Amino acid sequence: MISAPDVVAFTREEELEDDLYREPPLPEEYSVPLFPFSGQGANPWAKVAGSKFTRDFILISEFSEQVGPQPLLTIPDDAKVSGTFDLNYFSLRIMSVDYQASFVGHPPGSAYPKLNFVEDSKVVLGDSKEGAFAYVHHLTLYDLEARGFVRPFCMAYISADEHKIMQQFQELSTEFSKASECLKTGNRKAFANELEKKLKDLDYTRTVLHNETEQQKKANDKGYYTTQAIEKANELASVEKSIIEHQDLLRQIRSYPYRKLKDSEFHPYEPECALDRADVGNDQDLAASNPTEPGETPLYTHVPSYTPKLIKAKSAKCFDKKLKTLEELCDVYFFTQTLDQLHHIERTFRGDVCYLLTEQISRALLKQQSVTNFLFEDVSFLDEKPPEKQYRGCQGLGQDAIDEKCSEESLAPKVVISLGSYKSSVECVPIKMEQEMEDSEEPKMSESVISEHQENLDYLDADIKGSISSGESIEVLGTEKSGSGLTKSESQASLPVMPSPQAGRSKVGSRRTVSEDSIEVLSTCPSESLIPEDFKASYPSAINEEPYADDDEGGLRFAPRANPGANDGQDDASKQESLVQVDAACCIRKESPNFLEPLPELGQKPCEEDGVVRIPPQPYRPAEQGLRGGFPSHDGLSAGLLPYELDSRYLSGGREVSKSSLDECSDSTSYISSAASTCSDRTPSPAHLGSAAGDRHRKRAGQNALRFIRQYPFAHPAIYSLLSGRTLVVLGEDEAMVKRLVTALSIFVPNCGAYAKPVKHWVTSPLHLVDFQKWKLIGLQRAMSPAGVNVLHALSRYSRYLSILDADSKTLRCPLYKGTVVARLADHRTQIKRGSTYYMHVQSILTQLCSKAFLFTFCHHLHLPISEREPEESVVSRRMNFLKLQLGLSNEDIKIVQYLAELLKLHYIQEPGQGGNPLLRFDYVPSFLYKI
Amino acid sequence: SSVQTIGEEQIQNPYTELLVLKGHQDIVRFLVQIDDYRFASAGDDGIIFIWNAQTGEKLYELHGHTHKITAIAPFSSSDVTEENTDLIITASADRTVIVWDCASGRQVQKVSCFHSTVKCLTVLQRLNVWLSGGSDLCIWNRKLDLLCKTSHLTDAGISALVELPKNCVAAAVGKELIIFRLIASSNGSEGWNILEVKRLVDHQDNISSLVSVNDLTFVTGSHIGELIVWDALDWTKQASECNFWDSSVHPDVQPEIKLSQSPHETSVQHLTSDEECVFAAVGKGIYVYNLQMKRVIACQRTAHDSSVLHIEKLPNRQLISCSEDGSVRIWELREKQQLPAEPVPTGFFNMWGFGRANKQANQAAKKMHENTPVYFLELVGDLIGHSSAVQMFLYFGELGLATCSADHLIILWKDGERESSLRSLTLFRKLAQNGDLQLRL
Repeated sequence: MISAPDVVAFTREEELEDDLYREPPLPEEYSVPLFPFSGQGANPWAKVAGSKFTRDFILISEFSEQVGPQPLLTIPDDAKVSGTFDLNYFSLRIMSVDYQASFVGHPPGSAYPKLNFVEDSKVVLGDSKEGAFAYVHHLTLYDLEARGFVRPFCMAYISADEHKIMQQFQELSTEFSKASECLKTGNRKAFANELEKKLKDLDYTRTVLHNETEQQKKANDKGYYTTQAIEKANELASVEKSIIEHQDLLRQIRSYPYRKLKDSEFHPYEPECALDRADVGNDQDLAASNPTEPGETPLYTHVPSYTPKLIKAKSAKCFDKKLKTLEELCDVYFFTQTLDQLHHIERTFRGDVCYLLTEQISRALLKQQSVTNFLFEDVSFLDEKPPEKQYRGCQGLGQDAIDEKCSEESLAPKVVISLGSYKSSVECVPIKMEQEMEDSEEPKMSESVISEHQENLDYLDADIKGSISSGESIEVLGTEKSGSGLTKSESQASLPVMPSPQAGRSKVGSRRTVSEDSIEVLSTCPSESLIPEDFKASYPSAINEEPYADDDEGGLRFAPRANPGANDGQDDASKQESLVQVDAACCIRKESPNFLEPLPELGQKPCEEDGVVRIPPQPYRPAEQGLRGGFPSHDGLSAGLLPYELDSRYLSGGREVSKSSLDECSDSTSYISSAASTCSDRTPSPAHLGSAAGDRHRKRAGQNALRFIRQYPFAHPAIYSLLSGRTLVVLGEDEAMVKRLVTALSIFVPNCGAYAKPVKHWVTSPLHLVDFQKWKLIGLQRAMSPAGVNVLHALSRYSRYLSILDADSKTLRCPLYKGTVVARLADHRTQIKRGSTYYMHVQSILTQLCSKAFLFTFCHHLHLPISEREPEESVVSRRMNFLKLQLGLSNEDIKIVQYLAELLKLHYIQEPGQGGNPLLRFDYVPSFLYKI
Repeated sequence: SSVQTIGEEQIQNPYTELLVLKGHQDIVRFLVQIDDYRFASAGDDGIIFIWNAQTGEKLYELHGHTHKITAIAPFSSSDVTEENTDLIITASADRTVIVWDCASGRQVQKVSCFHSTVKCLTVLQRLNVWLSGGSDLCIWNRKLDLLCKTSHLTDAGISALVELPKNCVAAAVGKELIIFRLIASSNGSEGWNILEVKRLVDHQDNISSLVSVNDLTFVTGSHIGELIVWDALDWTKQASECNFWDSSVHPDVQPEIKLSQSPHETSVQHLTSDEECVFAAVGKGIYVYNLQMKRVIACQRTAHDSSVLHIEKLPNRQLISCSEDGSVRIWELREKQQLPAEPVPTGFFNMWGFGRANKQANQAAKKMHENTPVYFLELVGDLIGHSSAVQMFLYFGELGLATCSADHLIILWKDGERESSLRSLTLFRKLAQNGDLQLRL
């Protein structure tokens, strides 16, 4: 039965709430508020239906001294993107925002013009008329011909979603700063060159004038100066003054304190820099001592091609000259670099903000999860910094010189986001709203900070959940405060902090409701067209599948009663589960009474009475990295929650899991499919995921994997082999086919802690034992040559270590699999159609496995006796009980978790320096031959 | 007959984890245990490696020999007053012997005054001397002073040496077995004289293996499959089994098998023993000879696909064998329950798969084992990892098993369960070290 709260979750807008609830006639549970923009044929996810552009884009504008504000270019450079959006008007808007004007000219008390090295200014701007919101990054470039030597520019990230701009402000600012830095570096270089040329011109002019004056002197012996001579002398004087001024400018531009570069990742390319600087010192002296020999001064030797021109006393009229283009203002190289960076920004921030935030959170959390993240995550994912290929080339070259310069300089500029600064620069709604929100948020936050860290974890957990389950949760803006509170709690988590069963129980109830809601939401989705085709079909079938129902029942054994806050039944419950008792008792070494206090309000906090998850994903910043491979508790599962809590989620989770991944996608894609209907690329580009190549690879691998599980009825044992660390050999004649299969299966291969997946796509020589240590998935050529016979011989010899998938005859020889995890992982009846979706589905289940393995690995009493006299057998039986009952694993699934746990152990105990011997673990189990 | 196979399900096989130790460039022929956790390996590349048997870590790589290693022996100091250094002595085809310090990985001393390759090394721990056997027999002390040497014995050289009671050693020289006695010289404190006491010429062919069973007994085996049990005190022949491999003794074996047996297949490759039995690797088979009963009590005629190179008895009635076929097999000596009522072939005959044995044979067999318990060797596991002949192995108890092979590799086989729990232990120790077990507030 569909209940109102679920629908409300979808459509309710904050403003409408009051009006609608004032109307009495409908019972509350049936009141469905109208979707405010329904008249325009839009969908609920399109927050601003009035926007005139189809997707986010970047605009670069200039405040031209000749024509005023004008748009220069957009990224992506596609007319369709901006649509009917008035770029000129918007340029005017963004350029009219007050920014820190850089003062150049003659400051009072100074003889020479002074260049100000101003910080860029960053503001957020909203335009409700245009339905556009923008992050605006102002910068000034130097131009000798420009008024006051400066040309104001700005880069703006324009989006229809103000939340995105607000919440991603920090990230946008960082990224745009890089682009701006790149531009300015190029500009400084170009400006310096320009100055040099100008100086040369002036020198030449002076020489000419000087000669002329001398000639005049000689020709004129009358003892008094003609007006002509006086004019010449004046001219000469002004030229000399100009020379001094320009030399000073040159000195200034060259002594630019590279302070900005110190902490940013960006290291501009300046190969000639050191040389230039060395020369600068001599510059003035030389110019002074040898004024008549400009061509011979070392300063100019490296630009020999330039022939100085005579400078007329009066330059051309201001409006006659053509201003330099942006490309001319910067070096071409730097200009393209900047464009690359901007394209990168565009790709990164494309898509729904919810998706971006989820992505950022999971990334930040994954980074912290140093114990388990190596298993299934992308390597690039774990890099400290998002990969930036654009700058790779220059990093190596300019690094040393720049490091030197940086070392003595001050810190990188800090982008201080204070609400006040927003306010000063932004005229419309968003800021006010945030302030309000922050106020309302604050008490909650402080509360959670004070209370036990486990709650925080849980809160965080709920956060994540919220981001998954609700389509419209981005109502409350994340605040810095909440972020830091969470971070703190993160760092506090460590293994022995197992929350009491009671606490766990109360949380489960609420979590379950959240997830239920999310299911319903999908099902009541008002318009079929809103669901991407992938999910349309999958949804109902996913619900009705029997195996999952079985799972549910199995899970009930340990699933807690879902009555949060009810203290009474808990005691006998824990008595009943004597095993749990034992486990908990030794997990919580110092049982603090705090743990035992049920905290109902905490469980409910994330979801209010109507089930709307109000707390959006918080832009999470990994502040403390002091976890030293310790216990980066990601979502509370790994660090603190009780085993049976896992159960309740996992066992019942067959469909929930698949669903939650579906939800996640629907969130991110729906925005695009509706609001950006013309957008061709419907997959959201994951934020900061790095290269698009990795994305493509994932999509392809997912697609291939989907095909594999549909095509091969014995996909389960094959995947089981991979998950349990038994090398799978894909044997075939056709290289392309084998490679495709290997690619497909590679997403199931746990990493052994090395930096690349243990996958070998194509081998033609006989395999050896060492290969099985190194690779867990091998594509092998089947050849009819004598060499091929050897290959097959080796295969049969080492068959006990191998599972062999014969791609030609479509057979599989491998151990039996009777577990349930793989069935969830690779259901051949799955309705998921897109590779990237399936990839995410797989990732989510693998993550669950990881957390189980983590729990298993780091439970002290499962591996070591509690007391000294305890026999080994009882430890073993406790271990098996834990695996079976608490983790809910059956049959071969145990082996998967054991293998993952073994990898975790190896990874953890491995000393950083040494590589560690790769070891091969195996079982003596019979293999079976599967045929289609 | 075909080789017995066990299949993939091996419940009793504890070795479920392996480590491949790479380093050697050529055939690895020797493994010697240094102490509880270290062992050395040597082979045809002339390099000696010292390994940690627990972690598989390569501790030292000893370079010094230019040719292949022909013999290796550990020499741990028995003297309490001296600092306890573990030495290993290696002999090479470059006619040198080098003493290495295992603790530092340095070469202690090198002797290169040999006229021929030293083929065997024996340490007499009791006397704190060691012997090298080549074309002559030399006695050395710990400091590598040559104490005494025999005259040139034979060009072929001494192939095996074994220590006997009363300061005697037995040296296998071709077909002959020569007993030498070490006599403390009267003049010097550390001088020894060596005296040839007896020559035993009972073997028909070259003696290929020589093993001391206990203080009273030692056993020799020859290339044509003679096994002689000697009294260690008076060097008399106690018993001999000269054709126990011969199928004609066992009437139930098809005669054509006998024909196919070349001398090579009857060679006694290796002998080992416990107090009761001598275990002989003969050709492809393994034979268990009971010293008390003076007969073969169990055998596995084709234990491997090709020659068995090394066998070892484990404390738990298990036997490990390795072979040229690249496999290592674990056997268990079991007592077969007699089923007196049924005239079926008894245990180990049946195991070979000769179900068609005739009635007469059955009766004979039955008669033979009427009053004695019947034993048989049951295959409980096999280890497949090497791609070429497994030359030797070293049993490290619960640390596992190290095998070396002609494929240049050494494999450490380990009990996966035990390793897993050890890793857990290490993990929690490291956690405690890092302070991650503490609550962070």
